Amino acid sequence: MSTLTKTEGETAPTGPESFLSVSDLRVRFSTEDGIVKAVDGLSFDVARGRTLGIVGESGSGKSVTNLTVLGLHNPKNTTVEGEIVLDGKELVTATEKEMEKLRGNKVAMIFQDPLTALSPYYTVGRQIAEPFMKHTGASKKEARARAIEMLTKVGIPQPKSRVDDYPHQFSGGMRQRAMIAMALVCDPDLLIADEPTTALDVTVQAQILDLLKDLQQEFGSAIVFITHDLGVISEMADDLLVMYAGRAVERGSTAEVLRRPRHPYTWGLLSSMPRLGGSIDQALTPIPGTPPSLLNPPSGCPFHPRCAFTGEVPGDRCSTERPPLGEGRAAACHLTAEQKQTFFIDKIQPRLR
Amino acid sequence: MLQFLVRRLIGAVVIMFLIGAFTFFLFYTIPQDFAELSCGKNCSPENIAVIRENLGLDKPITAQFWEFMTGIVAGRDFAQGHCSAPCLGMSFDSGEFVWDSIMDRFPLTLSLTVGGLVIFLILGLGSGLLAAWKRGTAADKLVSGASIVLSSFQIYFLGPIVLGILVYQSGIMENPSYKPFTENPVTWAIGLLIPWLVMATIFTAQYTRMSRSTMIEQLQEEHVRTARAKGMKQRYVFFRYAWRGSLIPIVTILGMDLSALLSGAVVTEFTFDLAGIGRLAVDSSLTKDLPVTMGVMLFGAFFILLLNILVDLAYAYIDPRVRLS
Repeated sequence: MSTLTKTEGETAPTGPESFLSVSDLRVRFSTEDGIVKAVDGLSFDVARGRTLGIVGESGSGKSVTNLTVLGLHNPKNTTVEGEIVLDGKELVTATEKEMEKLRGNKVAMIFQDPLTALSPYYTVGRQIAEPFMKHTGASKKEARARAIEMLTKVGIPQPKSRVDDYPHQFSGGMRQRAMIAMALVCDPDLLIADEPTTALDVTVQAQILDLLKDLQQEFGSAIVFITHDLGVISEMADDLLVMYAGRAVERGSTAEVLRRPRHPYTWGLLSSMPRLGGSIDQALTPIPGTPPSLLNPPSGCPFHPRCAFTGEVPGDRCSTERPPLGEGRAAACHLTAEQKQTFFIDKIQPRLR
Repeated sequence: MLQFLVRRLIGAVVIMFLIGAFTFFLFYTIPQDFAELSCGKNCSPENIAVIRENLGLDKPITAQFWEFMTGIVAGRDFAQGHCSAPCLGMSFDSGEFVWDSIMDRFPLTLSLTVGGLVIFLILGLGSGLLAAWKRGTAADKLVSGASIVLSSFQIYFLGPIVLGILVYQSGIMENPSYKPFTENPVTWAIGLLIPWLVMATIFTAQYTRMSRSTMIEQLQEEHVRTARAKGMKQRYVFFRYAWRGSLIPIVTILGMDLSALLSGAVVTEFTFDLAGIGRLAVDSSLTKDLPVTMGVMLFGAFFILLLNILVDLAYAYIDPRVRLS
């Protein structure tokens, strides 16, 4: 479930059903050049059995958010404010020991590039068995049996012999399957998938997505699916969060956001994507400008320097006032609801055909 | 794996032969008659002729080379007696068999190497790991700073200072000397303690810096982050995941350092007035004693090749991607 069903005006969206609830999360890195505001006031919820998609361009804070959920940021140069509540437990203030118990157990993560994310020095079986032994106290033998079981589940042929292979003996798709097996070995309630299909070719991509969907049905886990691929997200996610410059700019059910987007940034994302049935004469429209530096993010609405619709907002609100993201289906933009609708229908939709 | 070993060993023999050939023929480009050198002041043409025959210098160069190389495998007969394999010839200067003089010196060289190795590996890797683990803290800064200062020291600078303090001024220690390990391990260790420490200081500093930087690099690897994301303990991740990857550069440098030390630690030997392989090498080239130079060169080459093969085996042990199927 998502914040969609919440009533307007409800603050701190921690409904009883939401399993992971992030509210007003702020993550800052101190670097030699200054303080990077990687995530700036982000809130979202995910319920069991649901998939939340997070889209946005590189550096929009998607991955940082989720590394922070697991506490994998570097504590020395990172400050985290706000609340991350997982199944009623506050994670921002949790100790390293408490986090160790959660990681790989209650919350697991699938990384983007399975080649670099799996250790080249240990067998696939050992890497899958390790968290199982750690979190369940299983013996080596039991853990090995479990690793074989998991490899079977994710569709690795001949799992009994493959369990002793090293990652480099696997193909790209098999490696990602092994990575998924590793993430699911302790039946996590929350699975964070950080661009799990980006490094794979398209046919393998589809297989991995199917696999994730099947496994979600079987285990009932909540999934946070991070990607910059709108095609993938429309396959996977129930709800969608669009991020820009460390903030959420639009939120809603996936179908709603993709069919009737309300934020100029989301319009830009959709217009820049090629369409299978589209006319070849229809030029793709990139979003003008470059992504903002998070060292010194633009004032007001972070998208205003690249936005074609700032003229439609009276005064200089776009550059002075940060537009709030309302509850439920919402977009953080100063345009009025009618403007959003008419501009989308008149100017954007024709380009999407 | 066996096939790999056999191939490497054959390659090593070929390289040894080439090194021998190169050294031998290079030596003969020196515009000097070796017989005249060993003849002394009152030298008559007859004397020279006798010496030339004794040393085998009357034969063509290629024949001399052939005799030298076959001697290594089969042994050779000299006027002074039989030189059994591996015969590296006979010194022009002293008339000793080269293999025997190398074997006289080798225990010292081996002792220097092993003692120094134990000290610098334990201290160097230990402090490097500590600095990486405590990265950014005062302990890290102290270790890193000290290692930069110490690694810019030289043995011939540090050595005399330590000798001056410990031996000449306070008299706590005696001048370094070699006493065989087999006779008394305690006197052996005491005799070599100063050279070990001085040599190890410089190496320790290098290994500290290297292990710290490779560990920090490895800790940023994605697979190390994955291990943490699985909930593995930080210490486990540090030693099992990051350390494993750090071993490759460390083993590489260690192999090179070890083969250099085993073929003679020239500076250390001269600084502490010890007679090891390094000193033999320098002395023999100064007196243009061809067989000794050849012998020392080949002896050193042997260690370089041996350690190369050992390092390759270590790679295969550490990193399964290197293993040959």
